Amino acid sequence: MSYFSDIYHGIKTLFKGMSVTGGYFIRARKGSITQQYPDNRDTLKMFDRFRGEVVMPHDENNEHHCTGCQKCEIACPNGTIEIVWDRQVDPATGKKKKMIDKHIYHLSMCTMCGLCIEACPTDAIVWAQNYENSVYDRSALTKVLNQPGSKVKAGIED
Amino acid sequence: MMNLPLSITKTISDWVYSIMPESAATVTIWVLIAAAYLALFAVAGLYLVLLERKVAAWFQLRLGPNRVGPGGLFQTMADALKLVSKELTSTIKVDKFLFNLAPYFVIVSALISISVLPFSRHFQAFDINIGVFFLLAVSSIGVIGILLGGWASNNKFALIGAMRSGLQTISYELSVGLSILTMVLLTGSLQLSEIIEVQRTGGWLIVQGHIPAIIAFMIFMIAGTAETNRAPFDLVEAESELGAGFHTEYSGMKFAYFFLAEFINMFIIASIAVVLFFGGWLSPFGITDNIAWFPESIWFLIKVLIIIFLMMWFRWTFPRLRVDQLLTLEWKYLLPINLVNIVIMAIVIWLNWTI
Ligand code: SF4
Ligand code: SF4
Repeated sequence: MSYFSDIYHGIKTLFKGMSVTGGYFIRARKGSITQQYPDNRDTLKMFDRFRGEVVMPHDENNEHHCTGCQKCEIACPNGTIEIVWDRQVDPATGKKKKMIDKHIYHLSMCTMCGLCIEACPTDAIVWAQNYENSVYDRSALTKVLNQPGSKVKAGIED
Repeated sequence: MMNLPLSITKTISDWVYSIMPESAATVTIWVLIAAAYLALFAVAGLYLVLLERKVAAWFQLRLGPNRVGPGGLFQTMADALKLVSKELTSTIKVDKFLFNLAPYFVIVSALISISVLPFSRHFQAFDINIGVFFLLAVSSIGVIGILLGGWASNNKFALIGAMRSGLQTISYELSVGLSILTMVLLTGSLQLSEIIEVQRTGGWLIVQGHIPAIIAFMIFMIAGTAETNRAPFDLVEAESELGAGFHTEYSGMKFAYFFLAEFINMFIIASIAVVLFFGGWLSPFGITDNIAWFPESIWFLIKVLIIIFLMMWFRWTFPRLRVDQLLTLEWKYLLPINLVNIVIMAIVIWLNWTI
């Protein structure tokens, strides 16, 4: 007898599927998930967890959180991050200490794995939400994350 | 009762007969009718493609084509222009003659079927007394084109696709034929115009034949969808398994013929369903029967579009069947149900239980 119950069950599930897509069809004009991309550039907001590129936020005094510990450089599986550093005299304390000169980030080699951001002990680098990363010259993809003249915020190392 | 389109065609035919000898005039009229049908179906095919894309988008919560022209209305025109301008390529190992012939089999068989469709009382190119039989016979020629295309491509994916098409058509042709036969039992005629006349007095056949007619309609829709090789029966093309199936090697306009033929076939299946179950060009409850100028083909087109929408709904809801499931569905379910259904229909008619 499973023959007839199979037929009944089959037809029932087919109608169930059709009711689901039918609901989509009616709602599609309002609740469409399509983004009209180039048109809505101004209002388009990426979701929080979106991984655009690695950036280093600076505060209003042009200070960042990077101590030059190089943990991100070691954590990166691709060798995307290069840190150029030297020892300089800290004007506040008068002692010599390690400071970054350039935090170089090659966007073209980054796989957006996020290991560098997890490795950073001071949360100096974070994900940006931008996604329009195409350029005409690939050297433009090599970025220096710390702004010129910036310095590390006091007290971060403690 | 004179129809507007009819009076136009009558004026044209009078004019043609007045300026040339009779035999030449007859040929001219034939050519004109053929050209009119071709133009009609080029446009209908293009807009069915657009409709399919729009409907598909809405079923998937997308927007669909909306860039070319207002609301994307000219999208398929642009696509057709692109396809026409494309180079016709083929691989070295194809069988040139058969490869080039195959698309024409498909499109010509689709176009021949159209000639017997009754769009309205007067708008029917070819009203023969074996109309239903003719439709069935001609529409299954198309599969030869698919088989040829797959074979001549000399490509294993194309060949597998073509063979699947063969097995699918052979199996499901049976169900289409038997479900149509169920309805022919009710009408007692194979002529399409007469089948519609039967429904003028007694109501649409799906009402007249109630339960067996409804079962026949469901079987016809399933088998008809399979006949047109559309999802969920698109094993012939099965992108994920076979590339594009039998038309993997085709490009440009030859590919477009296959594509267009699929949509015209869908139109034909929907038209047969409308004629056999929903009263063809008859208006519901005869509401426009007394309006002389009202074009009856509007009703026909509305009903056909509803059936086509149903087929699109199937396509964008159901997943593709495997080959064994396809055969199980036909030989273990549709065919026995269909045979029993014919017997039930015969009993219903015998005992005069029709409404
Ligand atoms: S996200 Fe991954 S690949 Fe990119 S810089 Fe960080 S560690 Fe390297
Ligand atoms: S970004 Fe973070 S992990 Fe990398 S060097 Fe600076 S402080 Fe260390």
